[in-house]
Amino acid sequence: MKEQDFARISEHLNGVSRRDFMKFCTVMAVGMGLPLEVAPQIAAAVTAPQRPPVIWLSGSACTGCTESLLRPSHPSLEHLILDLISLDYNETLNTGAGHQAEAALQASIQKNAGKFILVVEGAIPMKDGGVYCMIGGKPFSETVRATAAKAAAVIAIGSCASWGGVAAAKPNPTGAVGAPEFLKGTTVVTIPGCPPNAYNFLSTVLHFLTFKKLPALDEKGRPKFAYGRLIHENCERRPHFDAGRFALQFGDEGHRKGYCLYKLGCKGPVTFANCPAILFNEIGPGAWPVGTGHPCFGCTEEGVGFHIPIHTQADLKYITPGAAYPHIVTERGEGPSVGAVALAAGVAGVALGAGVAVARNLGKSDEQGSSSEGE
Amino acid sequence: MQERQALGGKLLTVPFKVCAAIVLIGLFFIGKRFIFGIGSVSNMNDGYPWGIWIAYDVVVGTALACAGYSIALIVYVFNKGEYSPLVRPALMTSMFGYTLAGISVIFDIGRYWQAYNIFLPWLSNLHSVMFEVALCIGTYILVLWMEFGPVLLDKFKADQLKARLNRIIFVFIALGILLPTMHQSSLGTMMLMAGHKLSPLWWSGFLPLLFLITAVVIGYAAVIFESLVAAIAFKRPMEMHLLSKISALMPWLLGLYLVIRLEDVNLRGYLPLAFDGGLLGNLFLLENLLLLAALLILVYPANRQSPRLLFIASCAMLLGGSMYRFNTYIVGFDPGTGWQYFPSVPELFITFGIIAAEVMAYLWFVKTLPVLPRLKKA
Amino acid sequence: MKIRRRDFLKGVAASGLLLAAEQTPAQAKRARKDLPPNAVGILYDSTLCIGCRVCEHGCKEANNMPMEHTNPKERMWDDPQDLSAKTLNIVKRYGVAGKKDSVEGFAFIKRHCMHCIDPACVSACPVSALVKNPENGVVTYNKKACIGCRYCQVACPYNIPKFQWDSPFPEITKCQLCSHLLAKGGISACCAVCPTGASLFGPVEKLRLEAKRRLAMEPGVYYDFPVANIESTEVQKHRAGGYVKHVYGERELGGSQVLYLAGVPFANLGLPDLPEDSYVALADGIQYAIYKGMVYPLVVLGGLIYIIRNREEKKE
Repeated sequence: MKEQDFARISEHLNGVSRRDFMKFCTVMAVGMGLPLEVAPQIAAAVTAPQRPPVIWLSGSACTGCTESLLRPSHPSLEHLILDLISLDYNETLNTGAGHQAEAALQASIQKNAGKFILVVEGAIPMKDGGVYCMIGGKPFSETVRATAAKAAAVIAIGSCASWGGVAAAKPNPTGAVGAPEFLKGTTVVTIPGCPPNAYNFLSTVLHFLTFKKLPALDEKGRPKFAYGRLIHENCERRPHFDAGRFALQFGDEGHRKGYCLYKLGCKGPVTFANCPAILFNEIGPGAWPVGTGHPCFGCTEEGVGFHIPIHTQADLKYITPGAAYPHIVTERGEGPSVGAVALAAGVAGVALGAGVAVARNLGKSDEQGSSSEGE
Repeated sequence: MQERQALGGKLLTVPFKVCAAIVLIGLFFIGKRFIFGIGSVSNMNDGYPWGIWIAYDVVVGTALACAGYSIALIVYVFNKGEYSPLVRPALMTSMFGYTLAGISVIFDIGRYWQAYNIFLPWLSNLHSVMFEVALCIGTYILVLWMEFGPVLLDKFKADQLKARLNRIIFVFIALGILLPTMHQSSLGTMMLMAGHKLSPLWWSGFLPLLFLITAVVIGYAAVIFESLVAAIAFKRPMEMHLLSKISALMPWLLGLYLVIRLEDVNLRGYLPLAFDGGLLGNLFLLENLLLLAALLILVYPANRQSPRLLFIASCAMLLGGSMYRFNTYIVGFDPGTGWQYFPSVPELFITFGIIAAEVMAYLWFVKTLPVLPRLKKA
Repeated sequence: MKIRRRDFLKGVAASGLLLAAEQTPAQAKRARKDLPPNAVGILYDSTLCIGCRVCEHGCKEANNMPMEHTNPKERMWDDPQDLSAKTLNIVKRYGVAGKKDSVEGFAFIKRHCMHCIDPACVSACPVSALVKNPENGVVTYNKKACIGCRYCQVACPYNIPKFQWDSPFPEITKCQLCSHLLAKGGISACCAVCPTGASLFGPVEKLRLEAKRRLAMEPGVYYDFPVANIESTEVQKHRAGGYVKHVYGERELGGSQVLYLAGVPFANLGLPDLPEDSYVALADGIQYAIYKGMVYPLVVLGGLIYIIRNREEKKE
């Protein structure tokens, strides 16, 4: 990272210190499961003068995903990202509106064709030619298809954009689908969640900027560093699950002691996300649903969130007993101690010796002939 | 009627003192057992709830104490009065052996203060083999003390009491033959319940019969062994003519035992296990080889005249028979739950202490009570 | 005369021995025992168990049992490795490490007293400290009768009774099906708290039928499974697992009131392959044959008294 590049950035950001900036890059590296040595590369990518722009399209959305990006309590650093990734179009954050905004969108697409990142927020209604979401006079579906064709990478942020989310909940009257289903054939990174954790999105973007490629994705397009494990496998209340301590009702003794919420319907065992690890809003421990005492409802997971009722008991997707879980047979018991073996052997030796002595003695009397009777 | 006299002589000999030391160490650990619980002195565990206190002190110990039973069989049932000189010493060993086995049981059971529950009819479980064993052994200990009564009465010259006792003693003698037959075979029945937890080399429907035979065999072997050792230790002449005749019975008994034992294992299809080279297979072979060796020695009349060979054969029988019983209760027993067992040092000392106490009591009684036959100066 | 009597006595002795030996195992068995009229038990379905161990926790609470610490290095809340003086009910795992789902990966098994129909412990106990309730078949323990001989531990084919080795006033401990809760009209604590219905309480006859229903289910299809008590209406929807086609405990050693269903071979879960004839029946049978009514012993005693008396009289 060149000094003049950093100076330029720092100015934008009300004078963030170089140290704080490096700390931020380190945290981002760690959050992606990358080694610390990568942090300077991230810093260089973030401060490099050439950065691809981001075009942010919102469809059947509640705008919660945009909001979640604004929530982190280090506004200087998040401002940094929004500025640095050159957010060319975002309906919530645009200063302009109407024809002006649409013109800016088209201009950016033309200028940066093949180089910009398309972020899709919200589901894409398909029914009746997509009339249930019209923006700028056009169906949202058309806009997405046209824009995606020219994008370098497509990121679907939030559950709605990933698989339909609440918009697609039964009976799904608008025929809402997620971006991957809509853009079949294109690699779409999905960052599900309702809302998703802002850092999952930011890390993905930074990864792309730094290494010019997307992070490792699972079969649903989710970055593995964030969605590789079940919540059940990371949850701080897991020891309670493993020991059979459950809250049975909101406010009961178990609930107040922070016991596992499985019986209240926690979907942690079937939901992939890293909420318990990175939490939300940077306000300290416990800042996630289970931490506050409410069962997870599986917001990231298609078929779980907005599908299985909140208090319905979940199945377990995987069985992962703790390391100390008892096995069928455990080897135990005091085997032979040195002292005991020595003692037993000693006594046996003495007995054997005495026996041999007696036998020999008797052998001698054998030679002397048989003895008289004891009458 | 044999004339018997106390041996006399110094009581506090070196062997006596050594035994006393061992007894004291044992008493220390017994104290620990009663204050802190069985687990504080013993390695017994939930996988091996019975350790050497049961497997040796009771199961092997009572067999060693069957000297009285074996002699009573010959003298009273088969009417061989000439063996009478052997009766009193055998009776005394039996008395000590069984009493100490009873004391071992009190040390071993966890809730000893409720041991009298065995005698409460409303708690009695007539289905239980252990109930029968406990009652039998308890009664037999009383019978043995009653049978030994004449010896004590001789010492205190209480002739009238002795005459009265002698009038009813036949009941006790009869019981003294019935009761061991019952409980020695039941000691075998007890391990029937262990089922698949007992190695097929030892588990068998013939356990009761085999335990009874080994009890009788060990009883005779003990008579021979003790007679020879006492003769050497107290420098007395050996009763060879009696011992040779007793030992003539042994090949028959040993033969019967070996046939039943080996054919039973063979018919159930487990004989190959004996030869697999593992610990259990080797112990099985050793047990039976020891008894076979004794059989081969004693089958020749000339060998039965030799004190040395008699001694060796009796040792082989004692070891082989005891091994069979010990293996049935501990070594062949594996509940399969990952537990292992080997006695701890305190546990061993308690057992050795009990054996030492028996030796001390034998020495004391033999020197102060008319047990051994009076020697006629030639 | 002497010779004739001696031969006669020898014959008596020999035939006595032979009689005892003639009771071969097959003949000596006594008849099988029946299920008590209102027998209750537990149906444990390993395919439904998620290994949460709330049943262990519930059992400890209901029975006032202490926490157990078997690992000296890690300080854990309660980490029993097996049934013990402090643990009456335990869930153990069978696993092939590295595999994820419960068919190839992990399976759980809940172990506690099987409440056998022909309990070895009840037959073994000399002082009737362990008794089988004639109505509901629960095997309970009475510490006031117990002498601590531990024969029940040797006799139990499933190694269930445990002993308080570290107490100077030790007791035998084992699951008693929460008989203190049953007496108040409740059910066993382990079943009451189980979230998935893996541990199900109820009359044994109904549990056997339920087990048969499950064995006929199509794997992968959703069915309703009763939770806690088979006689309640609460159900959970689960996908039927692939069952091993056997209900463990239906016939083993005469049957038990605790039944098991599993998706992996029972031997892997620590439930050994056992014959239908119980060892108790064999041991009992031999005892009856020899001691029933004390007839043989009294006959032999009479014979002995006669012989010994005669010998003494002859001497005098």
